Amino acid sequence: MDVSVTGQRMADYLREHQDKVVGRWTELVTTGVHGRISADEVRRELSELYALITRVLARADDHVAGELRATLDELSRGRARNGFTPSETALGIFTLKEAVHELIADAAGMVPEFLAFSQLIDDLGLGTFEAYSAAREQIISDQATAMLELSTPVVRLWKNIIAVPLIGTLDSARTQLVMEKLLDELVATGADHAVIDITGVPTVDTEVAQHLLKTVSAARLLGAECTISGIRPQVAQTIVSLGIEFGDIATKASLADALALALHKAGLKVVPV
Amino acid sequence: MEQVPILKIGQTLFVSIQIDLQDESVIMLQEDLANKLATTGARGVIIDITGVEIVDSFIGRMLSTIGSVSRLFDAETVIVGMRPAVAITLTELGLSLSGVRTALNAEKGLEILNGKH
Repeated sequence: MDVSVTGQRMADYLREHQDKVVGRWTELVTTGVHGRISADEVRRELSELYALITRVLARADDHVAGELRATLDELSRGRARNGFTPSETALGIFTLKEAVHELIADAAGMVPEFLAFSQLIDDLGLGTFEAYSAAREQIISDQATAMLELSTPVVRLWKNIIAVPLIGTLDSARTQLVMEKLLDELVATGADHAVIDITGVPTVDTEVAQHLLKTVSAARLLGAECTISGIRPQVAQTIVSLGIEFGDIATKASLADALALALHKAGLKVVPV
Repeated sequence: MEQVPILKIGQTLFVSIQIDLQDESVIMLQEDLANKLATTGARGVIIDITGVEIVDSFIGRMLSTIGSVSRLFDAETVIVGMRPAVAITLTELGLSLSGVRTALNAEKGLEILNGKH
């Protein structure tokens, strides 16, 4: 049988039994959301979807498929944001099949129509899963960016002495960010000494050391001298065993030691009052 | 072809690069600088690259060359005003700009030169 005729017949059937089907569908979905959405809200959403699905089956026009997709994506994203699992959202779509099936089981000769309809619903249900994934991916990526920004402050220790306390792993992305922030701050404050504290960096391997050396080189191009502080005993041993050379860059155990060195270089001395 | 002006302030030659340098301008600058160093006997050169937005290995080599030439005239070169983005690029490219000092701005550059002699 011609696909469009099948679709048209199904569309007609759906239109004929609209109230009953939407009612039963609303019932099933409302139970599924466990009160997180009101029955009226559910009915409104489902009625809109129902109308679009019917039109898609009837191949009413070219745009309606896109419209249906867009409406479903919107629904899925909303559900994802409100903490629904993707299964819950997909089930909401799949229950339409259940609602129609209950009714159509008695009407003989509608098998091909129902099968085509079922296939459409399956596709739509899968679509909600995709939309959910995409929404979560977006949230994760936004959070990653926020975290990256959060964890690289540049603080002023003393006049002309700034510090960069690094927390967490130092990968290339982080290093880029640290370099940019440090250099911008050097230009803004005119500081001539920067202390890079790595107490919060869990492991220092050759890659991390490379990143640190790059950062120091860049700062030197802006006329600032750098000290690396926060070298823990185990880290020191690791660095030596890996054969990493810090060259002429001063390294200290603590931020306090680095500050003392920087003050000394600036020709300052701390005396008791 | 633009000629980059060279100013003499005391014992220091001051060059401010405001435009994107092309090959010929660079060669002319190097020649002008060498001439000026020879005639004035200046002890220091400050090259202000605040106006330089993009630096590649060519510019990097130019700056190193100027440093080497200056040293032959017993003058020290200080590059000042490097932009953060430029510093990052140079570091990524692995250009160490050997033979020249760097400072944040002209004032600090002068401090370095005066501290020397």
